[in-house]
Amino acid sequence: MKYSLLLLVLSFSFYTSSMFGQSHSSHTTDSTMMTHQTNTASSGEHNVTEGHEMPADAHAKGAAAHDAHGAHAPFDPASTAIHHISDANVYTILDGIGFRIPLPTFLYAPEKGWDIFSSGKFHVGDHEDGHASYNGYVMHHGSVHRVVDQGFPMEGSVDIEGFTHKQEEKKGKKVDINYALYQGKEYRLDARSTLDGGILGGGITSFYDFSVSKNVLSMILVSLFLFWIFRKAAQAYKANPDKAPTGVQSFIEPMFTFIRDEVAIPFIGKEKYMKFLPLLMSIFFFVLGLNLFGQIPFLGGTNVTGNLTVTMIMALIVFFVVNVNGKKDYWQHIFWMPNVPVFVKPLLAAVEIMGLFIKPLTLMLRLAGNISAGHIAILSFIGLIFIFGNSGASLGGGAIGTAMAIPLTLFMMAIELIVAFVQAFVFTILTASYIGAAIEEHHHADHHAEGHH
Amino acid sequence: MFSLLSFTPFQPTPGLAIWSLLIFLLFLLIMGKFAFKPIAEALSKREGDIQEAIDQAKKTREEMANMKAENEKLLNQAREERSKILQEAKEIKNQMITEAKEKAKEEATKIVTNAMNDIENQKKAAITEVKNELGAMAISIAEKVIRKELKGNAEQETYVNSLVKDLNLN
Repeated sequence: MKYSLLLLVLSFSFYTSSMFGQSHSSHTTDSTMMTHQTNTASSGEHNVTEGHEMPADAHAKGAAAHDAHGAHAPFDPASTAIHHISDANVYTILDGIGFRIPLPTFLYAPEKGWDIFSSGKFHVGDHEDGHASYNGYVMHHGSVHRVVDQGFPMEGSVDIEGFTHKQEEKKGKKVDINYALYQGKEYRLDARSTLDGGILGGGITSFYDFSVSKNVLSMILVSLFLFWIFRKAAQAYKANPDKAPTGVQSFIEPMFTFIRDEVAIPFIGKEKYMKFLPLLMSIFFFVLGLNLFGQIPFLGGTNVTGNLTVTMIMALIVFFVVNVNGKKDYWQHIFWMPNVPVFVKPLLAAVEIMGLFIKPLTLMLRLAGNISAGHIAILSFIGLIFIFGNSGASLGGGAIGTAMAIPLTLFMMAIELIVAFVQAFVFTILTASYIGAAIEEHHHADHHAEGHH
Repeated sequence: MFSLLSFTPFQPTPGLAIWSLLIFLLFLLIMGKFAFKPIAEALSKREGDIQEAIDQAKKTREEMANMKAENEKLLNQAREERSKILQEAKEIKNQMITEAKEKAKEEATKIVTNAMNDIENQKKAAITEVKNELGAMAISIAEKVIRKELKGNAEQETYVNSLVKDLNLN
């Protein structure tokens, strides 16, 4: 008991240090968690360890820039959390010891064409900042950016000294614009294109990122793992059809029968549920697998189901399936609600048509919001260590922060374990209810007929 | 520093969208065909088998119960039969005893009556005999008396007395 507690504390501190990649240098002046010139400050150090040649003046400039920020840059928990729950073009498992898996990067710039290479070409260092550019692309905080200013070598690889950022007014909103430092000059960077049209701070930029990102890799890994497990179970069912479930079967079967008996059959009906069972099961186990995968420490803490893009695609699939399978009754209830006064019908139609789109929208937002919130909560509690430790300056404060962070994080992780199941279940049950409402026939007609008597 | 406007996880990106669509559809297709469908079928088949087995067991139990009831019925019937037979036997026995008793009584009565008749007859015969004897005696006495009549009264009297004395009415 005593040893397990000790082990827990040790692994926890290891986890935090590896996640934040900071405590190892907390007593040197290099300690800069969220200064936006991180690489400038620490690049000299990394050049020694990684064997890069770095111009002396660049280092000097970096040091100067660093000095301007003071000895201890304040820890910014919000940015740290956002960085950790964002998708990335590199799979970092332990930031502290630099264990990173480079990922295939597929980039498309309309003016230039395709660039396909490994993200290892960026020489990714601490905080997932790249030390080198490749064909005019650089990596900052895990995601690929493109240099848009003239004068930067757009072909091949060059070493860059770091990143800085400035705030700009864009359509009346303040937006962070990142710059890369190369040979003492700042070069403006474009982030990848996003489909939000600027509403969420993105928009179409000079390039598109179709890479196999951290989230894509996580999805592939989890899918393969689930396939392996379920294939094993399916074969066991085939081999021993009359035996009680054993091994992986007994793990899968309760969840499988739960979704079938409590979700599929009650909402869709005994006659038609088999048609939609694969979709419901896929949604449940895909979401559950990714929710849980994101909760495993030391495996990157990927936030796939907390990513709006992923949930958007799943909600779109649900939207598509629901409306393609919609029967006459369903459309009648949307456009011309039976058994209400005529003047109410267009009003209800307007509400129902809105509901048609709000349903998948809520599906998308609920899952992404819940999972992202869980990740942010855990990261915030771990961030207490650095807030109390005054970003590494105060060892005693750090100890108090750690003492607070351990129970809070444990509690949060336990909650997240429940949330992982609940959100997967909620997504599935809502999908089932939407499908059930769309394919329902006759029942309403009977009901209304009875109502008239 | 940070604003909600740059909340990158909530910025939909075309690359991730295409990848997740591809992966999820493949997952749905492959898992549906090779995992979910066979598992669902195996489960419903097994559930059917289990239900069948339970129904079979129920049926067997019912049959057993029926058989037991039937046996019970048969047993009861047999028991009833036995008690009936016993009752009958008892009755017969009693009847026989009664009959025997009656017969015996009759016989005894008959015997007694016969004996009485015999006695009566014997008595009558004896009385007749006594009467006859007495008659003869009286005649002999009377003869003797008549013979002695001539010798005086006194002597006569003494003689009659002695005769009477001699007359032993056995």
